[in-house]
Amino acid sequence: MTQQQQTAGGDVRLAGISKTYGSFTAVQPLDLTVPQGSFFALLGASGCGKTTTLRMIAGLEEATTGTVSLGDEDITDLPPYKRPVNTVFQSYALFPHLDVAENVAFGLRRRGIKSVKKQVADMLELVQLGDFARRKPHQLSGGQQQRVAVARALINHPQVLLLDEPLGALDLKLRRQMQLELKRIQTEVGITFVHVTHDQEEAMTMADTVAVMNGGRVEQLGAPADLYENPRTTFVANFLGTSNLIEGEVVSTGGDLVVAAGGGKLTLPRERCSAPTTSGGRLLLGIRPEKISLAHVDDADCIAAGRNRVTGRITDSSFIGVSTQYVVESPAGGALQVYEQNIERDTRLVPGAEVVLHWNAAHTFGLDAAQDIDAGASSVEDAE
Amino acid sequence: MSLTEAPPAPPSQPEELRLRKPSTRKRLVPYWLLLPGILWLLVFFALPLVYQASTSVQTGSLEQGFEVTWHFQTYVDALREYYPQFIRSLLYAGTATVLCLVLGYPLAYLIAFKAGRWRNLVLVLVIAPFFTSFLIRTLAWKTILADGGAVVDVLNTLHVLDVTSWLGWTESNRVLATPMAVVCGLTYNFLPFMILPLYTSLERIDGRLHEAAGDLYATPATTFRKVTFPLSMPGVVSGTLLTFIPASGDYVNAELLGSTDTKMVGSVIQSQFLRVLDYPTAAALSFILMAIVLLAVTFYIRRSGTEDLV
Repeated sequence: MTQQQQTAGGDVRLAGISKTYGSFTAVQPLDLTVPQGSFFALLGASGCGKTTTLRMIAGLEEATTGTVSLGDEDITDLPPYKRPVNTVFQSYALFPHLDVAENVAFGLRRRGIKSVKKQVADMLELVQLGDFARRKPHQLSGGQQQRVAVARALINHPQVLLLDEPLGALDLKLRRQMQLELKRIQTEVGITFVHVTHDQEEAMTMADTVAVMNGGRVEQLGAPADLYENPRTTFVANFLGTSNLIEGEVVSTGGDLVVAAGGGKLTLPRERCSAPTTSGGRLLLGIRPEKISLAHVDDADCIAAGRNRVTGRITDSSFIGVSTQYVVESPAGGALQVYEQNIERDTRLVPGAEVVLHWNAAHTFGLDAAQDIDAGASSVEDAE
Repeated sequence: MSLTEAPPAPPSQPEELRLRKPSTRKRLVPYWLLLPGILWLLVFFALPLVYQASTSVQTGSLEQGFEVTWHFQTYVDALREYYPQFIRSLLYAGTATVLCLVLGYPLAYLIAFKAGRWRNLVLVLVIAPFFTSFLIRTLAWKTILADGGAVVDVLNTLHVLDVTSWLGWTESNRVLATPMAVVCGLTYNFLPFMILPLYTSLERIDGRLHEAAGDLYATPATTFRKVTFPLSMPGVVSGTLLTFIPASGDYVNAELLGSTDTKMVGSVIQSQFLRVLDYPTAAALSFILMAIVLLAVTFYIRRSGTEDLV
């Protein structure tokens, strides 16, 4: 953090930037600062404006309003070829008539650098493609092409590297491998990376800071763990992982919040509620599936006091190796998801069983009940 | 059990595991598909070619009949007598090809990248002249370039004709019956053959490559020089071939728009065949033209590095 503040001269700053196409607004006026040297992810479903935002930083798209600056320099009106940023395109966009070495050397040559041989060789070494210098792009696999695209951008030592879903075309295993690779390269070269992705896992693994975008605006911005633990909107709660959302009525605001839902009372720490609370108002309570424990109704007495508890009946269970995922139908909040580690499996926990869900009250978060409770939930299914 | 007993026979391979060779019928399918085209080429290309080749080494006259005498002198004589027409043909066809490229490239570029929803309309407009006969369109140029017509008047007023006359392209305030008229006609008639292949190869270029080049510090001009143009080379090569080859053998433009001083080799071949009735010379001229064009094209393709086209 201190290092970032020292070198704040190279931050990417978007101020009131927006993009409209005719009557369609792709990006709502947006303020965003990407600290120099950070790995920043723009996360969202397709059509949320994340790629448009990236293209406005690259200069490939003209901003309708607002400014883009890099450090102290306003680069809003600079054409792409004058901006000290480079892009790794979704489809790689390698030049098919040039071999790998010439693709990588392209940017250097355009800036009039004559002796590129050494730099190109070093860069190909960094992305582990030293033996492929004379190949044409169509002779490479998807993963190799992707690395050429990264090398072609990185060799220019841009102040910012923009990555537009660079791993989208790769299969799962290769994608995991390239995620680590990109992270390694970023740490090694220390350039600011702005990474656009619809894959929440990818964003959380790689980025220091994630901005979740929805409908052309940033819903929430923060470190991956912070976003996961403290979502401030239902969209973030549902889009990043899975959340159980239970609607209830606030009955007490003294000390911890107490909410009545489904015939019981649930508590949550006041500081974990992002919505304004008044006694008698509505509130959404959120709890992550892996934080919930499951007990058979016969064992309900053994549950420690002070924990939040909700009754229900198991309607579905699926065994996925490390854990078992249960769907529990509950009067409190419809179908609730529960992930149980497969350590000591209770054989009574089968579909049809009456159960009690209980969790540490401190793990509960509160959201404004005026939102769509399912926002962001379906987008995850689309993306996977 | 005796030790000399023969080992049991290996179990016979099950039917499914044996590699099956494709049936003869299947293997012959490509040849059957080739057959109509091969027959067509044989009857209408190979046979006439052989026939003309034999004609070119015959001697005799129309009254006494022609005989194969392996008289190769015809080739030498033909070349000696008609070399100006050969040079003119190549010069006019070459100039027209360059003009077609210069006029056609921007238009093809526009259709491929900038026309948007007008793309199909513009393409139809490019092909539209084909709805009228080649002869009628060429005759129309006779009117366009006529003495005292609007075009000549304008060129005269602007003193363009003074320059072109000085260069030998036009003569004393006339355009019709000059080399310029012939080149204009050739350019006009073959322009679509340049535009269409250019458009096809430009249209195939991924627009994101332009973005990538811009992103990598290439100005729009450099992007064109280093990315767009190299990637459109297949179109440039096939466009120039489709223009140059027919243009060098053309005689209609020279006949209708030119004079005796602008005759191209096509005119000579035509008159040798149909008016002078000197078949051997006409055939020899045809073969010389073919050889020259083949050599030029081979050299050109080698130079432009697109061997994979042929």
